[in-house]
Amino acid sequence: MPAATFRVHVDPGKCQGHNRCYSLCPELFELDDLGMSSEIGSGAVPADLVAQARLAVANCPEYAISLTEVRP
Amino acid sequence: MTAGRGDAVSGGAGPVADWATDFDHTDPAWVADPYPIWADLRQRCPVAHSNRYGGAWLPVTHELVSEVAYDTEHFTSRSVVVSQRRPGPDAPPAPVGLSPPISSDPPFHGAARRMLLPAFTPKAIASLEPYTRELCRELLAATAGRSCFDAATEYAQHIPVRIIVKFLGFPEEDADLFRAFIKGVLEGINEPLDRRDVLLGDLDGYIDAQIADHIAHPRDDVTSFLLQAEIGGTRLTRNHVRGTMILLMIAGIDTTWSAIGASLWHLAQHPADRRRMAAEPELMGTAVEELLRAYAPVTMARLVSRDFDFHGHQLTEGDWLLLSFPAANRDPAAFEAAGEVRLDRASNRHVAFGLGRHRCLGSNLARMELRVALEEWLARYPDFGLADAAAVSWSAGQIRGPRTLPVSVR
Repeated sequence: MPAATFRVHVDPGKCQGHNRCYSLCPELFELDDLGMSSEIGSGAVPADLVAQARLAVANCPEYAISLTEVRP
Repeated sequence: MTAGRGDAVSGGAGPVADWATDFDHTDPAWVADPYPIWADLRQRCPVAHSNRYGGAWLPVTHELVSEVAYDTEHFTSRSVVVSQRRPGPDAPPAPVGLSPPISSDPPFHGAARRMLLPAFTPKAIASLEPYTRELCRELLAATAGRSCFDAATEYAQHIPVRIIVKFLGFPEEDADLFRAFIKGVLEGINEPLDRRDVLLGDLDGYIDAQIADHIAHPRDDVTSFLLQAEIGGTRLTRNHVRGTMILLMIAGIDTTWSAIGASLWHLAQHPADRRRMAAEPELMGTAVEELLRAYAPVTMARLVSRDFDFHGHQLTEGDWLLLSFPAANRDPAAFEAAGEVRLDRASNRHVAFGLGRHRCLGSNLARMELRVALEEWLARYPDFGLADAAAVSWSAGQIRGPRTLPVSVR
């Protein structure tokens, strides 16, 4: 069975622009002109950034970030 | 009762009988050390009440603080500093409030806030970092040759003042004047009302003079930006511009001064943390967040919009509610070992900058100032301690930070 892959997503209805995710993992998140965050591209998380993605989830004061396992 | 909502209400004078039924955030015991008070209330309430200030509530758990922060239907931001005077239901500035957007409610709040957000993104703030670093070095250089000085008044307080002066385009020599205004607004809540009104009038007058100067001599700063800004194709009213300037001035100075001072107060007493920050510079980001969690300086206030039952408590329209982000950050139900400073705390959803639509606009600026202030301090004074622990004094009211912090440096 191939290894699980992960996808990260920022709920735009919850993000208030604290920028914690962006400062912890700029490889996965980007900010718009107002400082609101969203996942870069499809949100696919390379294997070597899974720990960073978990950190972003665990530091979002608004509980706006989700990390889901994608089965191939 | 409702007839008096716009008028004077009782203040906070007199000793507290019971923190659960008579709390006062200006009481000397709270000012000296509020954490045991909140820990006790978490066991007993966890929503305390007081008849002071015309009636006020205080939830002390992370869960309840979050609930209030997200609930703009039952709680209005029309006044965010508890005082002896509350705006009445018909007080003119609603829903704009006296100092938009902090004092605004939806939907106006959104537009007034969006306009300001681009000036506070990490990218915009990064451009201020070299200036901040230079300023910190300059302040530290001025302490050369002294073994003992006040880290609150000779270092911490000057950093945000000078940044805000630059931001708003005010004369640098007015820094002492701002501090007097800010202290009056935030800490003078039990002053006689006529004296408070004089102070607020003087503050308006000062800001109006700055506005007039910017109209005559436009320049590249936030004041000139506000004078040109539009919402829905209409220029901002003079009251809006003045209110936002007062907000940026007040919210940007005492808060960050407090966070820098409280962090230095902690480090002065914890040599292992000091050594660790010096040895592991990559820990700085995480450490700054932990210091913000443990010593969150800012408590906001809300006014209850209408009578309703809040977890078994009968809240009445016009009651104050103290929204204590510092208490939420010390809640053991939300944070493991909440009372301990763990510089490497990996999971840290602290709410030092609030939650929801009123999240602190200047959080990136505050973080940058705190980080640079600590980096520069530790580079110059890796080893320091409190010169006189008994002489440390803390501000009273909704912003908590050391106002006297004598340190000895080596």
